[in-house]
Formats: sequence, structure tokens, C-alpha cells
Amino acid sequence: MFEYAPAPESRSVVDIADSYGLFIDGEFRAPADGDAFKTINPASEEVLAEVATAGPEDVDRAVAAARRAFPAWSALPGAERSKYLFRIARIIQERSRELAVLESLDNGKPIKETRDVDLPLVAAHFFYYAGWADKLAYAGFGPDPRPIGVAGQVIPWNFPLLMLAWKVAPALATGNTVVLKPAETTPLSALFFADVCRQAELPPGVVNIVTGAGDTGAYLVAHPDVDKVAFTGSTEVGREIARTVAGTGKRLTLELGGKAANIVFDDAPIDQAVEGIVDGIFFNQGHVCCAGSRLLVQESVADHLMDSLKRRMATLRVGDPLDKNTDVGAINSAAQLARIRELSEIGAQEGAERWSPPCELPERGFWFAPTVFTGVTQAHRIAREEIFGPVLSVLTFRTPAEAIEKANNTPYGLSAGVWTEKGSRILAVADKLRAGVIWANTFNKFDPASPFGGYKESGYGREGGRHGLEAYLA
Amino acid sequence: MPKSSKVAAPAQPAGTAESGASVRLSVRKTYKLYIGGKFPRSESGRTFVVDGDNVALASRKDARDAVVAARAAQPGWAGATAYNRGQVLYRVAEMVEARRAEFAALGVAAGELDAVIDRWVWYAGWADKIAQVTGGANPVAGPFFNISAPEPTGVVAVVAPPTLLGLVSVIAPAVVTGNTAVVLAADPQIAITLAEAFATSDVPGGVVNVLTGRYAETAPWLAAHADVNALDLTGVESAELAAELERAAAGTLKRVLRPPAGGADFTADPGLRPMTALLETKTVWHPKGF
Repeated sequence: MFEYAPAPESRSVVDIADSYGLFIDGEFRAPADGDAFKTINPASEEVLAEVATAGPEDVDRAVAAARRAFPAWSALPGAERSKYLFRIARIIQERSRELAVLESLDNGKPIKETRDVDLPLVAAHFFYYAGWADKLAYAGFGPDPRPIGVAGQVIPWNFPLLMLAWKVAPALATGNTVVLKPAETTPLSALFFADVCRQAELPPGVVNIVTGAGDTGAYLVAHPDVDKVAFTGSTEVGREIARTVAGTGKRLTLELGGKAANIVFDDAPIDQAVEGIVDGIFFNQGHVCCAGSRLLVQESVADHLMDSLKRRMATLRVGDPLDKNTDVGAINSAAQLARIRELSEIGAQEGAERWSPPCELPERGFWFAPTVFTGVTQAHRIAREEIFGPVLSVLTFRTPAEAIEKANNTPYGLSAGVWTEKGSRILAVADKLRAGVIWANTFNKFDPASPFGGYKESGYGREGGRHGLEAYLA
Repeated sequence: MPKSSKVAAPAQPAGTAESGASVRLSVRKTYKLYIGGKFPRSESGRTFVVDGDNVALASRKDARDAVVAARAAQPGWAGATAYNRGQVLYRVAEMVEARRAEFAALGVAAGELDAVIDRWVWYAGWADKIAQVTGGANPVAGPFFNISAPEPTGVVAVVAPPTLLGLVSVIAPAVVTGNTAVVLAADPQIAITLAEAFATSDVPGGVVNVLTGRYAETAPWLAAHADVNALDLTGVESAELAAELERAAAGTLKRVLRPPAGGADFTADPGLRPMTALLETKTVWHPKGF
């Protein structure tokens, strides 16, 4: 591995306050009962800020503010709503360096990724949906599409600002107002987004941000004046939300867990496939619901591919998220690190062979070396459960039918990968895979124009593209 | 008196009527379930009486058998060409048209029958068009070919409304796109007569399965069944039961179609929603390059 001198991005481009209130009705305010929690930098365990915990009364206020803002916002001509969203997109582009550094600090993901993936996609998402706001009648959802009302949105910690964009942009474009709850461990970029809304002069109450943990999310989802619930997170919580919403008439979309198969056939370009496998499972520390966490390799090329994969894994740079050379950053939280460790230990106990490249991990913070398990069978827990970390399980197959059978042998159905030089095989395999996104000879590609979402227990509804409008139209 | 005997008997051949016009006993129909293309009795041996007919009273086991049949039939039905599925559904319309007298005898008004047949024809035509309307190429910012297409969600459990038009309006949108269905019918005679049209229309066995009986008894098993992908509650009258079924469906994150607020108007243009609610969107990416 080449020695690189550190190339740290400057922290000084972002100014984090000591404490943050809740963003309700266009202003920051203290929570009703004064509760707060600390958000830390997972790479150093340093406290970044103290953030308010929204209780039932605060959620009530936020929903009331969104309700008050709804009539005027939904009555605004689409072209006007559109221009607000264009403004937001532009402000995000202008502040993208600041927001990228902030996101890396609060989440632990490498600056290379926040700078080159998260922030460009966030801006693009607002830009894309901005253009839809005055074209909804042409979207194929009837001649007079109407907004639903107040949307309660709960997002995860793996792509904090990007998940906010996926939720907020289509909701506003279609004339809904929102109350959004960011994840407990990554609240800061949503609070900075509140300032973006202020700069864009978005009318008060159209976007409200309530911070807190699971309880805050539960209040929001169960609130009787919320008309639409959108959630991205674990399948377990998704089930609970679906139960809560049952019988209320609230509209619901869920983007949940995954255990994606990344299938490599014997004719695949091995070097490209290895890049795709690495991107599939080590991108964002494997904190990706559509991560290619199950590698299915055709038996005849398995040894060759594993040699190349291990060689490539040995070049991954794990460490300081703000270093521009870093490939793999910090695990987002102590709790997540404990879960990754636990499942990895179970993998070894159940008989799979564990390997990680030699890798020096920082002393402070939450870290986990890129890890691969070989000799994994379908019965192993590491082949069935979502680990949500940089851990790859490798299984082999002999025939395409076996590959498809194994790939679909999961309650999840979010994504899958196929690697082969044979076009007809790509199309036939893609047809048979029960998953919402199929990457052929590529992996983990995202675009605001491309619908994203799962089959089976990976949830329902689509985000992105024309399809993404449906969740927010009555 | 069984409704089936309301069908006018054909005129007797000349010369056989000397001993009185009413000596010939009509042959009654036995109303059984429709599972996997066959008409079995309930495994429970139970029946209930509807208009003088003994009708099969479906059990939990029948519901599970129907799911097995629906699952087995699903890949083949979804794998049939859309053109073929469209022709098969058109054939159903032909068979219903041919059974007008029988449906009329069961109390279906002529106007409703017209609407029923026209609705089959309407949906038959969607088979090879829905993918173009709901899918297509996505202009992503990069050198990729990116395309979204709808796919059937799988096995759909349906609590059907009582009228023939209602029944057709929930079955047709489910199966036209390649799903298979387990239908809990409200009016057994109408539903089983419709099943006879399926059985004679090249609809593969298992694509539509019809259970008669009490949906409040069987629906909870289907709502919680791990091999059912979606639940259509259009025919559920009680808001409380609908909520309970929706909660049960949450265990496996089934797609749920709730009973329409304010009741369903099956005479209105159905729009795309009855079909799209039972479709998944699959998006495929592939790089472009020399």
C-alpha cells in the first residue's frame, strides 16, 4: 500500500453551535420539557452539540404548525412552489462544502463520500423534484392530483441529509407540509437544513424538524393529525409503524432493510466485479440498506475472485473521515458497532471463515475493519440477517438457477447485483430476481430520476423519479 | 327453493309430455370451492345453506391450500406473455357473455352484466400496456441505461365485495398483471358461477382461487400468511375488522388495499390504482460504454 500524507479537510468551514432547539413554525425553539441529548463525532467520541428531545407536546406543536401552513402552501401555484425548491437546491450547492464536512463529523462517513456522493445527490434531488411541482397533472396520477396534507417523516442515520432530501423534496413539490425527525445519532444536517429553508424564505411551518430518539418518532407516526407517514429504517421498526398506522387511514411508505445478493458469473470481468463488490459492501462502512452483503460467486472462479478481492481490500484506507484519502470511515455509533461485532462473532462460531486485511484502527471512536466471511451457507445468520456494517458473506453456486434460488432466499427484496459479460443472461437473471433495484455490472448507483424501493419485507412504495410522486398525492 | 331451478327448462321434445309437463326433475348444481383449477368440497366437510343450496364453507386449511395453489401458479402466469394473458382475460369475457342467462337467474341485472363483461374486456386490454404506462427509461446523470418496469407483487388475498361487478373489479386488476389471487367471495353462487367461466377460459389452474364461506373466519389467516404478498380489503364492511386485518398484514409487510372510504363505486372509471397497488417497480441499471 502506498504511503499517503494525510490530506485533512478543514473543520473550520462549519460552525456548529453548542446547542440546538426544535425547528417549528419557522423558528428554533426550546422543547416543552427541556430535555436534550448529545450528538457525538463517532470518529473521536467528541461531543459536537446538545440537541433538544421533542416530547409529545413538541410533536403536537410541530404537526399543528405544518397543518396551519398546509392550506396556503398547497394552494400556491405549482410554479411558485417549484421556485422555492430550486432555491433550496441552489443554497445546498452553495453550502455543499460546509454540509459535507458537517455530515462527515456527525455521521463518521469519509469526506470523499459526503463531498462526491451525498451532497451532489441531495442538491440534485431538490433540483429534480422542483421541476415536477408545476407538472403534476402530467405525471400519470390523474388529471387533478392533490396533496395529502401533513407528512410525518422519520429518517435513518446512514445518509442523513440525502434521506431528508428523498423525503422532503417530493413532499413539498406535491404541496404537502412536513414534520421530519432525523435519527438520534445524526441530527445536525437536518438542523442545518432548517437554516437552508430560512435562507430560501420558505413559509414558516412548511418544514418542521423535531429531533429525538425512537419515542419522538413514535409520537409523530401515531399523531392523529398526520395524514401520511414515510419511514426509512429497519424492517423491525417498519412493521411496528405499519401496525400503528393500520386502521387510521394514514398513507404509508416504507423503505426498510435488505440482504442483497451480488451475483458474479464465471464470465464476469473479475477486476471490475471486485471494484463493484468493494463498493457494494464497504461504501459508507456498509451502512447501506441496499448493500451487496451476500456475494454469490460461481464456483469455478471463486478462488481467483477471492484472491483479487482480498488484495483489493488490503488497499482500503480506514480512518479519519475528514482525510480526503480515507475510503472507510467510522461506524456510526457504539450500539451499531456492538451489533456488527456480535453478528461477526456468531459468523465465526457458526463455522464460516473470517478474514480482514491488516488494518490499524484509531484508538478512539468506533471502528470495524473491512471483513469477509467465506464458506458461508444459507443457514448462517450472517447470510440471513442484515448486519449493516462492512461485513461481506461469500457463498458459491454452480448454475444460474442455483444463483437465482439463493439470491431470492430471503424475506428482503431491496436490491441485487449481477456481473456477467453476457447480455441475455443479465436480462434473464434480472427478470427473475425479486428486488426493486438491480445493478448489472455496477453497484450502489443512485439518481433522483431513478425509482428506489423494495419488494417483500424491504417495504413498499418508491422514492425517486416520477414514481416517487405517488406517495405524496391523494 | 334453489335459485338454479329458476332457470327456464328447455321445451320437452314433442311426444314426451303426455304424462304431464312437470315430471322431469332438474339437475341441480353443487356449489363447491375453486382451488388450483379444480372444484373441491371444503376439506372440513362443512357446508352452509344459501337460497336453498348447500354451499361449501371454507376453512383455514382450504385457505392455505388455495395459497399453495396460487403460489404454484404465479411464476407461470407472470411468465406468460402479456399478449397471452390479455387473450385469456378476453376469453373470460366471452364465457361470461355466454352465461348471461345463468347470472341473470342469480339476480344479476342486465345492465350490471354489460358492465361486468365490458370491464373484463377493458382489463384484458391493459395486459400489454400497463408496463408502458407505468414504466420506462429514466434519464439518470451518468453513462447508464436505466429502466423501470412493473412486476406483479405475487399472491394477492382478496376479500371481495358482494356484487358480480364488484367481484370482477377486484379480481381482474389483480390477475391481469401476473399476480395470482385467493378470493374470499361474498355471494357464493355468483362467485362459483364466475369460477366456472375461469375454468373454461384457459385461465391456468391456481391463478384465481375462490373460497366461499365467512370471510371473517378465513381472512385473518390469509392476512397473517407469510406466503401472501398483498391483501385487498375492498369487500370488508366492518372498519374494526379491516383495521385488525391490516395490523395482521403488517407482520409480513404485505401491501394492503384498504376498503374505499365512503364505499366503492364500481360503475366509475377504476383508474390505474387497482392495478398499480399490486405491482412492484423494478429498476435495472447497466453501464454504457465501448
